Amino acid sequence: MTTLTTDPAPAPPADPAPAVRRRRRPAVLHVYTLLLIAWLILPIAIMILFGFNDTHSKQNFRWEGFTLRWYVHLFDKSDLTTALVNSLTIALLSTLITTVIGTLAGLALGRHRFRGKGVTNLVLFMAISCPEIVMGASLLSMFVTFNLPRGYLTILVAHVMFSIAFVAVTVRARVVGLDPAVEEAAQDLGAGPWTRFRLVTLPMIMPGVVAGALLSFVLSIDDFVITNFTSGATVTFPLWIYGSTRTGTPPQVNVMGTLIFAVGVVIAVVSARRSLRASR
Amino acid sequence: MTETQPAPARDDPGRAVPAIELTGVRKAYDAFGETVAAVRGVDLDIAQGEFFSLLGPSGCGKTTTMRMIAGFEEPTAGRVRLHGRDVTGVPANRRDVNMVFQSYALFPHMSVFDNVAFGLRRRGVPKDEIKERVGAMLDIVDLGGRERRRPAALSGGQQQRVALARALVNRPRALLLDEPLGALDLKLRQAMQVELKRIQREVGITFVYVTHDQGEALTMSDRIAVMNEGLIEQLGSPREIYEHPATRFVAGFIGTSNLLGGEVGELAGDRAVISFGPDGRIEVPLRDGTRPAAGERLELTVRPEKICIGPDKPADGLCGVRGTVTEVVYLGTSTNYNVTTSAGDDVVVFLQNATSAEDIAVRGDSVWLSWEPRHSYAIGAAR
Ligand SMILES: Nc1ncnc2c1ncn2[C@@H]1O[C@H](COP(=O)(O)OP(=O)(O)O)[C@@H](O)[C@H]1O
Ligand SMILES: [Mg+2]
Repeated sequence: MTTLTTDPAPAPPADPAPAVRRRRRPAVLHVYTLLLIAWLILPIAIMILFGFNDTHSKQNFRWEGFTLRWYVHLFDKSDLTTALVNSLTIALLSTLITTVIGTLAGLALGRHRFRGKGVTNLVLFMAISCPEIVMGASLLSMFVTFNLPRGYLTILVAHVMFSIAFVAVTVRARVVGLDPAVEEAAQDLGAGPWTRFRLVTLPMIMPGVVAGALLSFVLSIDDFVITNFTSGATVTFPLWIYGSTRTGTPPQVNVMGTLIFAVGVVIAVVSARRSLRASR
Repeated sequence: MTETQPAPARDDPGRAVPAIELTGVRKAYDAFGETVAAVRGVDLDIAQGEFFSLLGPSGCGKTTTMRMIAGFEEPTAGRVRLHGRDVTGVPANRRDVNMVFQSYALFPHMSVFDNVAFGLRRRGVPKDEIKERVGAMLDIVDLGGRERRRPAALSGGQQQRVALARALVNRPRALLLDEPLGALDLKLRQAMQVELKRIQREVGITFVYVTHDQGEALTMSDRIAVMNEGLIEQLGSPREIYEHPATRFVAGFIGTSNLLGGEVGELAGDRAVISFGPDGRIEVPLRDGTRPAAGERLELTVRPEKICIGPDKPADGLCGVRGTVTEVVYLGTSTNYNVTTSAGDDVVVFLQNATSAEDIAVRGDSVWLSWEPRHSYAIGAAR
């Protein structure tokens, strides 16, 4: 018989007492925090409030009492409604396209080594850092050069172009943090490439994909500068509001803004709660 | 700890198609324009039901070898056969082996149950059977009742067992484990070693176990392949490898061993005799037909626990070397003596503290070291 080693029994590790101490926050910090929150929320609060303003003038700047009139007559101004529908459909389509292409690009950049990877990263970075005014102007001259009529389609193309980099970058950050062995484990257990992607890779990068999609939607729906250059005769929600400021912005704009904001809040709360649950 | 005997070669009637067979396998990686030879020619037959270990220092090519068996890397040259079928070029998802990754690689977004059921679902096993097999497997790895947890809610040891269950539930032809206990602390690791061995006996599946921990390999394996720089230095049972190290590398890597060397004075039958210092004398049995000429230098190794230490010249039949004690280390169950021989070699001696109440020698003492000739092993020249 060979007895190989007889280690003296290791001493049990000393119990590390978790030293999480609560510190009393000074009152100054409370005040500072409240001020900051107020500063962030005040403009939004005013927008919401004036959606309930019973105004009779063309301008909506003075409080004249509470009403739900503007909610009932939300779609009375047909050109405003068209603008909103344009903005929403462009944002949805652009989000759909950028999420698919951007996710694939992010996967490739985060996972693989390939010729042209450095250039791709550089182009993405440039797309993010390029001033909007420059991008808008150059898009316009490009569309003019190629003799493309400006309108709905060119807006969509432009929006896809400037938001794709954001999706790619968020997804790439997620992919880089993944253990490649997890996908290998899926393959080892009999999953082919498509199953592997559907059941393992995609769910794992999903938080990145969702964040990228939300970012892309938000970027598209309120874009003014680039849209202004590429819109031709098509009017979007931001363009309509900008145009209306000269004659007076109707309270419906406040209501629509409130509704868009509410949807955003709901999405943010839901996704925060989901990620909280997933991390437990 | 229970003593495990090497499993006798099973004589099945079909006569031993090896579970895994590597012939002339090489792998070179292209890294930044340079070629790195990770595996430089490995031949292996791993028998059905065997607990086989690949042991070697970090970077010697163990993982690469294992990944070629699993199908994640294709060999640059050579063939891989599983149960006689040539699988070279077959992707991992169509090989009948499963792997346990060092990082566990559990699916973080799935429950323990879904993790373990993953492989069965891919193969279209009926729902009821999946439920039954996953449940049974979770019981084997002692995780019953934790089916609905997410991997992140489990301890390291539990995650490790989920990874094991996830692979074993598919009843693979062979299970490949790449340093599976590397991330666990010492106590848990020792417990899991015993556990793994029990599970392997219970399920009767071939285990290929990669480790750089010699103690782990020695306790668990039926056979061990010691690897160094992309080659197998020695292949044998733990006892063979420990007691008869074939090369200087193996002697140095496994356990503590004393390397001695000297010129062959005479050849007495199948033994070479080396005169060592003024009146020292070492006999070395010659194996495998090695025949050094008189005057040639021969290196040999003696395990520290085979050596006796004492004040007097040993009897004639024994090997004897003079030396001076340089250090005495008391370890409770045993005492270690460091001795510098008259020829200047440093030798370590382990003595059990079974009978002696006091140390046999103290620092500075002049002593004789002695051992039986059959415990001297001539080893190949250093590569
Ligand atoms: N994908 C790879 N690309 C380039 N070199 C690699 C790759 N994988 C491993 N190597 C190299 O091959 C050698 C053997 O690696 P590996 O098989 O991982 O060793 P071990 O598992 O024994 O530590 C090392 O020198 C390592 O740097
Ligand atoms: Mg390794």
